[in-house]
Parts: sequence; C-alpha cells; structure tokens
Amino acid sequence: MALLTVENLQVNYGVIRALKGISFEVNEGEIVSLIGANGAGKTTTMQSIMGLIPIAGGTVTYEGNVINKVPAHKLVAMGISQVPEGRRIFQELTVYENLVLGAYTEKDKKEIKNRIDDVCTRFPRLGERLKQVGGTLSGGEQQMLAMGRALMNRPKLLMMDEPSMGLAPILVEQIFDIIKELHKGGATILLVEQNAQMALSCSDRAYVLETGEISLTGTGAELAASPEVKKAYLGG
Amino acid sequence: MSILFDGLSLGAIYALIALGYTMVYGIAKMLNFAHGDIIMVGAYSVFVVMQRAKSPTDAFLNVACGLLLSLFICTLFGVVMEKLAYKPLRGVTPIAVLITAIGVSYLLQSLAQIFFGAKPHSVSLPTLGTVTVAGAKVSLSSIVTLVVGAVIMALLTWFVSKTTTGRAMQAVSEDRGAAQMMGINVNKIISVTFAIGSALAAFAGLFYLLQIPTAEPTLGSMPGIKAFTAAVIGGIGSIPGAMIGGVLLGVIEKICLSIPVIAPYTTAVEFSLLIIILLVRPIGILGKKRREKV
Ligand SMILES: Nc1ncnc2c1ncn2[C@@H]1O[C@H](COP(=O)(O)OP(=O)(O)O)[C@@H](O)[C@H]1O
Ligand SMILES: [Mg+2]
Repeated sequence: MALLTVENLQVNYGVIRALKGISFEVNEGEIVSLIGANGAGKTTTMQSIMGLIPIAGGTVTYEGNVINKVPAHKLVAMGISQVPEGRRIFQELTVYENLVLGAYTEKDKKEIKNRIDDVCTRFPRLGERLKQVGGTLSGGEQQMLAMGRALMNRPKLLMMDEPSMGLAPILVEQIFDIIKELHKGGATILLVEQNAQMALSCSDRAYVLETGEISLTGTGAELAASPEVKKAYLGG
Repeated sequence: MSILFDGLSLGAIYALIALGYTMVYGIAKMLNFAHGDIIMVGAYSVFVVMQRAKSPTDAFLNVACGLLLSLFICTLFGVVMEKLAYKPLRGVTPIAVLITAIGVSYLLQSLAQIFFGAKPHSVSLPTLGTVTVAGAKVSLSSIVTLVVGAVIMALLTWFVSKTTTGRAMQAVSEDRGAAQMMGINVNKIISVTFAIGSALAAFAGLFYLLQIPTAEPTLGSMPGIKAFTAAVIGGIGSIPGAMIGGVLLGVIEKICLSIPVIAPYTTAVEFSLLIIILLVRPIGILGKKRREKV
C-alpha cells in the first residue's frame, strides 16, 4: 500500500482551476518528483495535501486514512513535514529556535536535543550557527535550515517544494546530495522541482505536471530519456 | 521627581494595555478595538468585589480577590470574544474585522450599562498614601503600579522568548503558514494571545482604578485609545515597542499636565507625537518591515 495516494485532486482559486484532477502515489522509501514549469500547480499540490489550501474534489489518502480535511498541524503530528517553497524559515528567530520549532509536536526534551544533534551532524554549517538569527543566513544556509527544521519532526513523508530555487549551481548539487543521502537512509520524499534534470536524476519515479494536469509519468530514468521531457524541460 | 514616578506608572498602565493591542495585532493580524473595554470589564469586576466586601480591615485581601475575579472575567471575555466574534471572520477583509471589533466594543459598553447603569460608581480602594523617595513625595500607588507592571512585563518577555508556546507565538506572528507546517495549532495560539492580552488588561484596570477610583461603562475608551497610540508609536506588533511607547506616552502626559499652559492641550500633544512619529518613521520606533531574502 502506498504511503500517500492522491486521486483526482482538484483545487480552485476562485474561478481559476489550478488542479484539474491529478492522481499520483508515493510508496514508502521512494523519492517521487513532480516536475513542471512555473504556474503548473506544483506548490498548490503540496499546500493542498498539507491542508493549507481547501481541496475542491478528489481524495488524499495517507497511511490508509483520508486526510482531505485534516488541518496542517495534525498532519505534522501524523508525520508529514514540508520544506516550503521559498524556505520560509523564521527570520527573526535563531537557527536553534527554528530547529526547536521543527519538533513542536515532540514534547520530550531529550529527544529534541538528540534530533538537534542529528541535524547538526548532517548540516555542520547549521551546527556552527545555532545562535545566529535566521534572517542573516545566506540563501544556501537558509535552505539547509528549512530542511533541517523539517527533519526535526522525524517525518515519515517529507515534501520539498523547489529546494534548489534561487541557489548557485554548487549549492544545488549540495542540496541534491543531501536528498540522495536521505533517500539512502530510507526516507520517503515527495519532491517538487523546476530543475527537471536534477530531480529526475535522483527520483525513483516522477510525474510531469502541466497546467494542473499530469501529462506524463514513469521512472526517473524513463522521463529523463523521453523526447517530450527533453524538449520541454531539459533544453532539447 | 514625583512627576517622573507618576508618569512612569501611568506609562506602565498604557504599556500593559498596549501589549494587548500589539500582541493581538502581531499574531491574529487584526486591530481589536474592543481591547480597551476589557479594562472596563476588569474595573467593574473589582468594583463588584469591593462593594460586596464586608470587613474593611482586610482591605488588601479584598483587593487581591478583586484582582483574581478581574483576571478570570477579563480572560474569559477576551477568549470568548475572539471565538464568537473574530474567529468566524478569519480570512475575510480586514475592514469587516475592524467594524466587528468596534461593534464588540459597543456591545461590552452596553452590557455594562445594562448591568450597572450609566452612572459612574465609585470604587472604594484602600488609599496607599505617599512615601519619600530621594527627598520627593511619591504616591505609593504609583510605585506599586510601576513595580508590578515592570515584573509582569519582564515575565511576559521571558515567556515569549523562552517557552515553547512563546516561540510558537513568534512563529505565528512572522509566518502563519510556516507555523502551521511546524505543527502549531494557530487557533490555539490566537486564543492564548487573547487570554494573555486580557489578563494584562485586568491588571491595567486595577491600576487605573488606583488613579481614578470610578467605574463607568466608557472607562476603557480613553486609556484604550492612548494605549493603541502607544502601540503604534512603539511599532505595532513589537512587544518591546509597546512597552517603550506606553512609558513614553505616560511620561509625556504627566509632564504636560504639570505645566499649566500646556495642560489643557495634553491629549493634543500626545496625538501630535503619534503623527510626527508616523511621518518620520511610519513603522514606529521598533516596528519591522518584512525582509525578503532569495
Ligand atoms: N493564491 C492564489 N490565488 C489565485 N491564483 C493562484 C494562487 N496561487 C497560485 N495561483 C495560480 O494557480 C496556478 C498554480 O500555481 P502554483 O501551484 O504556485 O504553481 P507552481 O508551484 O507550479 O509554480 C497558477 O496559475 C497560479 O497563478
Ligand atoms: Mg511553486
């Protein structure tokens, strides 16, 4: 059984139909990516699964439960975390405080401390900057903080919305290296990207989203080789 | 010297009220114009206890009971007001929320009139007298207000910066959506904010009665508006801003009142200060613009 199943998901913004009934699934231990151009509906998909935008139709099932109407804060407690588009770290709080907030649903202080140690091992740059205020971090560091903060929840399903956005190529590589490491460690990841090449290279399976509809699906390698994808997203 | 103390203690009252405005603004992103009337609710709570109290020998025990009842009633009113009047309006245009808040303000004033009549009631609080500080006579009630106010504000600062709930409040204030993604129940945090703001208003209500021992339905309006002014001067949404704005306004008010030529224009001076600050620094003394970083 899939960890997350999305069936015929529809979302509207007033009269705009942002998602016109998309279906996909994420199995345990998989990296699944949704790729698509700007405005395709990728962020809308993430936000509606997370309970932050109302769903107009279809069903979202997580661990066998329909979660269409479950509010975000409960989904977090159920093990879903999101690294949002644009990072959205708390700029006025320190790195440490951001990380602690990532484990908001965990009450055990010792456990929180263990998780902070884990995150600092994975992201030594964050470990060196625990007292620094979030807003003063560089873009790459902020992305790492956003990822570290999401990992603080020890999520069963990690959703990442364009983690490479606005980063220099070398940082993009770093971010994807971390994603691959997480995958090796058994994490289940739903990745949304415009950077199709990078996303497909690390994905087990992928879906192409075009103006609110899924146009193609296959394994990462299949899609990377497909003429349509090459033409539209990989520069020919 | 005594003017300074009186000013600081009036400032502490304004600051306590301003904190309610600024925290609710920061976290719920709305101006709760009924906040001033919570002070009035608190003042009537104290009045009810003082009126019932039989033995004047236990004056301080009576005041303590009055404060407890006031804290309970104010917190209850604050939380219920949010749940009934503001929560259903989440996500609608701010002007609708603002008009609702003005409606709630009138509702509270009318309720006070229905229950207690329009006539002012004098509240018989024990008189505290004066003490001599550095050669100047200072009223003891000013000192009590100042000290208790400072302790409350220190506690609040600690609470917001060091506790889990306090950090969640900061997170909701900065980015509600991201806060939800941390597992924070935003509705709960908003309730907590209204509860804290109302409890602070209960203290302000008691301190206000120590200065002017009369309860009347419109009692909360003027200190409410002054405190709102203080919150804007300090930078609405900023907790230290509300404290600085409140104290600044209180001291200026007492100084103006002590100069016979200026005294009649005190309120005008205060609102002019608001206008000047808004012209020079529209976000207030400690207000923050949202920074974006790529
Ligand atoms: N808050 C909103 N109000 C109205 N339309 C929106 C809103 N957010 C997104 N949209 C529209 O929905 C479509 C999908 O947007 P989005 O999910 O952000 O795409 P992506 O993340 O793939 O770039 C776009 O046409 C966008 O203009
Ligand atoms: Mg997007």
